[in-house]
Amino acid sequence: MKRSRITECNEWILKRFPLAKLWNEHMTHYYAPKNFNFWYFFGSLALLVLVNQILTGIFLTMNYKPDAKLAFDSVEYIMRDVNWGWLIRYMHSTGSSAFFIVVYLHMFRGLLYGSFKHPRELIWIFGMLLFVALMAEAFMGYLLPWGQMSYWGAQVIISLFSAIPVIGDDLSLWLRGDYVVSDATLNRFFAFHVIAVPLALVMLVFLHIVALHEVGSNNPDGIEIKERKDPWGHPIDGIPFHPYYTVKDLVGVGVFLLFFATVIFYMPEMGGYFLEHANFIPADPMKTPEHIAPVWYFTPFYAILRAIPDKFAGVIGMGGAIVVLFLLPWLDRSPVKSIRYRGGIYKKALCLFVISFLALGYLGTQPATPTATVFARIFTTIYFGFFMLMPIYTRWEKTKPVPTRLTKAHSLEEQLHTLEEQLPALIEEITEVKKPAGDEIGHAAFKSSFFTRRPRPKGIINVISRLAKKAKGSLD
Amino acid sequence: MKNLVALLSLLLLSFGVAASESVELQKAHIDLSNNASLQRGAKHFVTYCLGCHSIKHIRYLRIALDTGVDQKMMLKDIAPEGASIYDQLHSAMNKHDAEKWFGTQPPDLSLIARSRGADWIYSYLKSYYIDPKSPRGVNNLVFEDTAMPNPLWQLQGEQYAEPKKTIWGEYTKLVLKERGTLSEGEFDMFVNDLVNFLVYVSEPVQLERQRIGKYVIFFIFMFTVVAYLLKKEYWKDVD
Repeated sequence: MKRSRITECNEWILKRFPLAKLWNEHMTHYYAPKNFNFWYFFGSLALLVLVNQILTGIFLTMNYKPDAKLAFDSVEYIMRDVNWGWLIRYMHSTGSSAFFIVVYLHMFRGLLYGSFKHPRELIWIFGMLLFVALMAEAFMGYLLPWGQMSYWGAQVIISLFSAIPVIGDDLSLWLRGDYVVSDATLNRFFAFHVIAVPLALVMLVFLHIVALHEVGSNNPDGIEIKERKDPWGHPIDGIPFHPYYTVKDLVGVGVFLLFFATVIFYMPEMGGYFLEHANFIPADPMKTPEHIAPVWYFTPFYAILRAIPDKFAGVIGMGGAIVVLFLLPWLDRSPVKSIRYRGGIYKKALCLFVISFLALGYLGTQPATPTATVFARIFTTIYFGFFMLMPIYTRWEKTKPVPTRLTKAHSLEEQLHTLEEQLPALIEEITEVKKPAGDEIGHAAFKSSFFTRRPRPKGIINVISRLAKKAKGSLD
Repeated sequence: MKNLVALLSLLLLSFGVAASESVELQKAHIDLSNNASLQRGAKHFVTYCLGCHSIKHIRYLRIALDTGVDQKMMLKDIAPEGASIYDQLHSAMNKHDAEKWFGTQPPDLSLIARSRGADWIYSYLKSYYIDPKSPRGVNNLVFEDTAMPNPLWQLQGEQYAEPKKTIWGEYTKLVLKERGTLSEGEFDMFVNDLVNFLVYVSEPVQLERQRIGKYVIFFIFMFTVVAYLLKKEYWKDVD
C-alpha cells in the first residue's frame, strides 16, 4: 500500500519526538481510580480557569496601559470602545474569583480524603506553591485597574512588609520602587502579573501534574489502587484517564461554565465581591477610603492579620496561616487517609476549621469593630488550633477498618432513583390529608394530592431530628 | 456546639445593629430599556450637570445609537452648541477654577452609578435642605457637608430639615416649604430620568450583555447535556 504524505510526516515527527509516548503515559495509560466523586472535578477546572485567564489576559494587555495616568481610563476604554472588550474583561475579572473558588474547593478535597499524605507530600507542596503564586498573581493583578481599592489595598499590603524589624522599611521601599504606591509600582506589578508569575504558575502546574502521575491519584477511599493489579499490570480499580475522565470532566466543565456565564452576563460585580464598588473610583493618593477591604479571597488571611494586636505579630500570623498548610503532610499522624475511615475527632476538627475559615472570610470584609475583633480572635485560634493540635488528635483517633478494594461510587442517576423511591414515604410523613370540610367541589387535579394535604408538625420534627441524628452519626 | 451557635448568633446581631445607623436611601426605578427616559436624562444632564461634571467615558454618538436618537437630533436637542457627535462629554470648566470655587474638583460621573449605586444618587439629589450654618447655605442629608451646591433647587424648591421623634428613635425629615417650578411628582421623575441615564452611562453594554447571556447559557446547557450523554455512554461498562 502506498503511504500517504501525512503518514510519512507523522512518522518523521514521532521518530524525533515522543508524542505518542507522552500521550499514552499521561492520558490513555494513566490509570485513575474509578470512584472519583464531585470533589474531583476541581483540578481540571482549575486548569480550565488558568487557560481562560491567560487567553483573556493576552487580549487585555493589547489595550491596557500600565501607566498611572492612563491605566484607569484604558480599562474603561476596554469596557466601552474595544469590540467585545467588556466580555474579555469580565471573563478575566470573574475568572480570578472563580480561580480561588475552584482552588479552595480543590484544597478542601485534599483535606477530606488525605490527598496530602504519604506518598503525595510533594504534590501537596507543589500545590501550595501554586496557591502562593496564585495569591501573588491576584494581588498584583488587582492593582492594575488603578481604582481606589486597587491603590489602597496595595498600599496596605506592601506597608505590612515595613513591620519586619531592621530591613522592613528598606524592603517595602524596594518592593514599591517609591515611597508610596506609584507609577513605578504599577509598572513592575504589570511586569510580574503578565510574565513572571504566570510563567511560574505554568511551570508549577507542570510539576504538580508530573508528580501526581508518578504516584497516581488518591481517591475518596484513600486506598492505593496500585497495590492490586491485574495480570497485565493495570490497577484493578483503575480506569484509563482518557477517555473515561476526559469525558467526565467535560460534564464538569459544562456545569462550571453555566455558573461562570451566569455571573459574567448577569452579575459581573457579584454584589461588590468580584468587582468592588470603590474600585470604580480612580486611584487618588490624597484620599484614603474609610473602609479598605481586600477582595473576598484574601479576607480570611486579612482577618487573621487584624485579629492579632501587634502589627509584626499580625504579619507573622498571616504568613503563618499559609506556611502551616505546607506542613500539613507531617502534622497529620493518622494512619488512615480518607475521612470516611477516620475517627470522629478529625471530622469535628475539620468541620470547625471550615466554619472558622468562612467566618474569618466574612469578618475580613467587615470593619474591625471591637466585637468583630473578638470573634476574629476566636476563629483565628480555631484556625491555628486545627493545625497545631493535629499531631496530637490524629495520633489517638479511633480509625475504622479501611477496605482493600474501592467502594462503589453512586452515580447521579442512582441517587435520584433512591430519592424518588423515598420521596412518597417522606411526603406521607411530613404532611397529612386535610379533613374534608363539607362538600368540596373542584377539579380532580386539585383534589389529588398537593392541595388536599397540609404540613404535619410532628412529622417534620421527626424528620429533622432524624437528619440531625444522622449528621451527628456521620461525625463520629 | 451550643456555645458556638450562641456566639454566631451574637455575631450576626452585632452587625445588624451597626448597619442600621446610616440614612435610609430611597429607591430609584431603573429601566434601561426606556429610551424616552434615557433621552430626557441625557438632556437633563447636559443642561444641569455638564457645566461642572464631565462624563468623559462616553460619546454623543454612542448615546445616540444606544437610545435610538437620530444623530442630528442629538446635536440639536441634547448636545451643547458646537459639540461634535464624536465628542466625549467633557465639562467646560477648568480644573483651576473648580478648585478655587468649590475647593475640590467635581468628579467625572461616568462610573458614579457603579461606585455609589443608583439609589444613593437618587436620594442624594433629593436630600438637599436649607442650612444657614453651612457656608453654601445648603446641606445634604445623604452626604453631609457636600461641596456641591444644589443645582436643581429652582426645580425642587426649598426644603427644610425637621427633627422627628418616633417610638423607634429620632430622625430628620425634609419638608418642602417653598415650591419650585416642578411639582413633587414631576421632580421625582426628573431625578429618576437623570439617575437612569447615569446608570446607563456607567455601563453602556448592560442590556447587550443580558440579551446575549441567554443564548450563551442555552448553548452551554445543550453542551452539558451532550457531554453528560457522552459520559454515560463511555461509562456504561465501568462498575
